[in-house]
Amino acid sequence: MTAAEPITEQEGRTIYRRPLLLSNPTTYCPGCGHGIVHRLLAEVLEELDLGAKTILVGSVGCSVFAYDFLALDSVESPHGRAAAVATGVKRYRPDKVVLTYQGDGDLAAIGTAEIVHAAARGERFTVIFVNNGIYGMTGGQMAPTTLAGQKTTSSPRGRDVQSQGYPLPVTEMLSLLPGVQYAARASVCDPGHVGKAKQAIKRAFEIQLEGKGFSIVEVLSTCPVGWGLTPSESMERLRDTVMTAYPVGTFVDRPRGIAPKLPQPGSPNRSITEGF
Amino acid sequence: MTVVDQPAGARPHLLASPSGTGEVDPPPDRVLMKGNEAIAEAAVAAGCDAYFGYPITPQAELLEWMARRMPEEGRVFVQAESELAAINMALGASAAGARVLVSSSSPGISLMAEAMSYMAGSRLPVVLVNVMRGGPGLGSIGAAQGDYLQATKGHGHGDYKVPVLAPSSISEAIDLVRDSFILAERYRTPVILLADGILGQAMEPVAPTFQRLEKSTPDWILEGAAGRPPRVLKSLHLQPEALEEHDLALQAVYERIAANEQRWAGEQLDDAEIVLVAYGTAARVARTAVERARAEGMPAGLFRPITLWPYPAQALRDAARGARAVLAVEMSAGQMVEDVRLALEGAVPVYHHGRMGGMVPSPDGVVDAMRQAWAMSQESGR
Repeated sequence: MTAAEPITEQEGRTIYRRPLLLSNPTTYCPGCGHGIVHRLLAEVLEELDLGAKTILVGSVGCSVFAYDFLALDSVESPHGRAAAVATGVKRYRPDKVVLTYQGDGDLAAIGTAEIVHAAARGERFTVIFVNNGIYGMTGGQMAPTTLAGQKTTSSPRGRDVQSQGYPLPVTEMLSLLPGVQYAARASVCDPGHVGKAKQAIKRAFEIQLEGKGFSIVEVLSTCPVGWGLTPSESMERLRDTVMTAYPVGTFVDRPRGIAPKLPQPGSPNRSITEGF
Repeated sequence: MTVVDQPAGARPHLLASPSGTGEVDPPPDRVLMKGNEAIAEAAVAAGCDAYFGYPITPQAELLEWMARRMPEEGRVFVQAESELAAINMALGASAAGARVLVSSSSPGISLMAEAMSYMAGSRLPVVLVNVMRGGPGLGSIGAAQGDYLQATKGHGHGDYKVPVLAPSSISEAIDLVRDSFILAERYRTPVILLADGILGQAMEPVAPTFQRLEKSTPDWILEGAAGRPPRVLKSLHLQPEALEEHDLALQAVYERIAANEQRWAGEQLDDAEIVLVAYGTAARVARTAVERARAEGMPAGLFRPITLWPYPAQALRDAARGARAVLAVEMSAGQMVEDVRLALEGAVPVYHHGRMGGMVPSPDGVVDAMRQAWAMSQESGR
């Protein structure tokens, strides 16, 4: 990778420059959020000048292709194991910046043990968790994050919570763990939210650079093909329906004093409810 | 890769003064060590950078030894939340260039099969110690050899092989730990060190000199793409043409390993008319059985494969050339005996004697099986 040539006054002002860390045009479906999240990642890593010291841990699902589009040293993980793989990378090379890029089937179903324990250990890497509420690559089956009543190819009458369980709010769950220094949920539903998503991603990497602990940004995203909607309808559903069930915002930013007001395990008063 | 003797005095915890006077005694010729701990210390001495594990009997002392020793050396130790996580931490550390050890016992090894396949496909070195116990399922915590086929024929999914080294004493286990790292790095492959519950739990005198391995920085590890194109370590190749090319490259590596890395040991084979074939703890029993058989006038010998894959087939054919019968002795229902039959291709009658479930063949039981094999081979007209 070479540094961009400076643009002189005579050549004009730069309105749009493709981030250097974006290596190839993506092959994601029209309206898919992965391309937006890739771009945000590339911009953030470039702004923090981290591209040359970052190691990307891939996952399984459509997210597996991230290493085809981001010019980063990368290693593939088995399905759901990215947080364990990243633990191995970061423990051996604490001087490097390490991130996992995982979808919701990968992180919130098959990889729940790995993500919970990496967070509990306070591993000092960053998780980019792209949640579109569905298994996109395999044809749109129900994921743990699928909303109640949502129709998918494996919940054809809509997700029945009595038999198929309730949506899993992973980021809220992880927010309870003292090893988690930063946890936020963002969205790519419109330009305003995309900007906030970028801020959250940037903050997560800053936390990693401070060596404080685990950081995760959940990015609510779309799957027009899996949802059976057009790209613009998908963005509307994301804003009007998904973001109602999964509120966006910062759950934990411990360096800035943002944390759930719950007694932490090991603290003197562990009672959460009164009356016992 | 060079091998350097590391002075025993560098590890005073192995050589604590028994006199209690605080005076430093001269280093002993031998120290008594438990197999699991000797394997662990051999890995530390060899320059293992990172260890990941999960408690399971009968290998827990290996994890415990590493929990103490790796932080002492400023190296990585993580007790994972599962064997799945442990081997995937190993995958990540290996991708970043670490020399990595992982250990478990049979049920935990099954859980590691997935990542071993990924590591084989991604050409990532790791040494995996399996201190085998009885199975199937939760089985027992006794020593067994029921994971031979798993280790040598498959383990995870897809077309891959890994070198499998089988020590039959604690001293040999120490040497094979170092050799496992050499093979793993030479061929960029996972390697399995196949021990069993007796080798893990028993104590034996060992020479307190462990060997250190030099380490080079390979040109494939991940450290951030500074001043060069990014590196991607992966097993995914969606185009069939690309995957076949990748698979052929893997097979070429396996052919090189098979051609260059076969190991075995033979005892009293020169005039042997009945050849026992056994590895690991079963080979210790077989050795005693050979001595008893010879005392009875039966010309017996022992062929002991040390690499279970690649199997030393030609060496076994040579060893069995003058034999009337071959008897495989295993702590299983008969797994390695399949490789014995494949190697001998019907040239010599092959028999099997095995115990399972944590039961160990007795020398007298093996001698009885030798007599039966001998009688049957006479009846079959040879």
